Amino acid sequence: MNSLYYQKRLSRNIGDKFFTSLSVICALIAILPLIFLVTYILYKGGSQITPELFTLEPNPPGDDLDAGGINPALIGTLIITTIASIIAIPVGVGGGIYLAEYSKGGAFSRFIRFGVNVLAGVPSIIAGVFIYALIVSTKILFGSMYSGLAGGMALSILMLPTVIKTTDEGLKLVPNELRYASLGVGASMYTTILKVTLPSAFRSIATGVVLGIARAAGETAPLIFTALFSYYYITGFGDLFYEMGSLAVLIYNFALEPYDPQNKLAWAASFILVLSILSVNIFSRILAAFTEKTKRV
Amino acid sequence: MEEKLTLFKNRKRFGIEKNIDIIFKNTALVLSSFVAIILLGIILVVFFQSFESFSRYGLKFLVTSEWNPVKDEYGAFTAIYGTLVTSFLSLLITIPLGVGTAIFITEDFVPKVVREIIGSFVELLAAIPSVVLGLWAIFVMEPFFRAFFVFLHNFFGWIPLFSTEPTGRNSLLAILILVVMLLPIVTSIARDSLNQVPKKLRNAAYGIGASRWKTIFSVILPAALSGIMAGVLLALGRAMGETMAVTMIIGNSNAFSWSLLSPGYTISSMLANQFGEADGSQVSSLFYAAFVLMILSLVVNIFAQWLVKKFSLKY
Repeated sequence: MNSLYYQKRLSRNIGDKFFTSLSVICALIAILPLIFLVTYILYKGGSQITPELFTLEPNPPGDDLDAGGINPALIGTLIITTIASIIAIPVGVGGGIYLAEYSKGGAFSRFIRFGVNVLAGVPSIIAGVFIYALIVSTKILFGSMYSGLAGGMALSILMLPTVIKTTDEGLKLVPNELRYASLGVGASMYTTILKVTLPSAFRSIATGVVLGIARAAGETAPLIFTALFSYYYITGFGDLFYEMGSLAVLIYNFALEPYDPQNKLAWAASFILVLSILSVNIFSRILAAFTEKTKRV
Repeated sequence: MEEKLTLFKNRKRFGIEKNIDIIFKNTALVLSSFVAIILLGIILVVFFQSFESFSRYGLKFLVTSEWNPVKDEYGAFTAIYGTLVTSFLSLLITIPLGVGTAIFITEDFVPKVVREIIGSFVELLAAIPSVVLGLWAIFVMEPFFRAFFVFLHNFFGWIPLFSTEPTGRNSLLAILILVVMLLPIVTSIARDSLNQVPKKLRNAAYGIGASRWKTIFSVILPAALSGIMAGVLLALGRAMGETMAVTMIIGNSNAFSWSLLSPGYTISSMLANQFGEADGSQVSSLFYAAFVLMILSLVVNIFAQWLVKKFSLKY
């Protein structure tokens, strides 16, 4: 009769309680430092934000000096990520189109998909080493060594797998009926892709691409010996061929300086970087959730 | 009959449209092969650049830890050892924490809304750039753990792992910041694979009288194991290649030490530190080290993919 009721003392129930609390403890240990980390970055960095930050050049490190601003690094990050996107998006979307629309699952496409996964796992510093050997040390770009252009190329290698993967997966979700209908009314393959399948997969592809760009914006390792760093304003097109600063490299360089004003500048740059990356992420998540809801109805 | 044929002839596509179609397809083909070209290019370039050092030191490079640009003697043992130790030890801490958190998120201990918030928060953290984590590690984590490290050294100093006096940046801090970086990866992949286990398995286990944790340990976890393993391997690859946060906190010393409380080196932090200023045969030796790093991460990644293919869920 007793065995119908829940018995606290039973070893299986004690064991269950024990493991449940263990997993709660795991979750707490995992999450508390993470919450602390985010709030600390936002608080510490946010308190350094001033209007001059966005307009001034950083001053050379020194203790008694005012640190200046991060304008060149901010613009540099925008330029370098734009270069990376200009390279990676067409190549990645084109490659994704081939994988999803043309390939028939043969050896070639399997090899490319495998290659995409492997490339995604290549350490980011290796991309920097590669571009250094290929472009910086050979001075192949009109005799310039370290340049924003080389930095953009290194970042594009990191973006490429993400773009191909999201295009491939986004296109695979488009129902085949749409393709049949378009081909059936006499459209050619490229019209079908450009006018029917790509537009209907646009939102998922765009989300993936934007997330890829946000990730690339925070990458430092590929930039430290391709784009290097610069203290000076970016004034014209020609600056693409010279050293270019970026928020990520600024954080790295100034975090290791022994001077307080520079460290504060690093915190301010972190705030801007983290805030923009997090808001892009949150925004695209909300957008994705919203799309899913409307689809279900 | 003649008439019909001409009619068909006229209904064919214009030549120009056909050509565009062919050009479009081939462009896409070429673009997709870029991935293979880049991958092979990276392997070949890094290999050929390291050739000078490779032919000079051979495999001796991997087991000696002399790194002396003045005497022109190079060996990467300290960095390779550091890479392996930091990544494996950080995984050792991350796996139980991450899988435990994933179980917490997938079981119904707390309402679904709370679990979803925790889940997406953990995923968001994967987006924080590692250089920012490095900054945080330098100014927040290092002072926070200083007293703890002194305690470790005073009470467990007889263990070689804690045998040196802690002074500022060290390998153990690098391991801890790696844990922070890997936790989101392991947790979200483990959560996905736990969610993919069919509900019937759980119901069947409950039906024959298994308790909740008996079900988790004997049914759910084994069914999700391949996915979790793949996630762990991906995290391992990430840990080996991780550069910025580790470079900023590990202390960057090539002097070999068993102790985790002394400054260390990893391959990627060596590259980040020396590549900009290196010349002569030092560059070639750095490329050799980069080649070793690449092979390590390629092996781990390919093994992860093989594992997923071989043991993916068959329900």
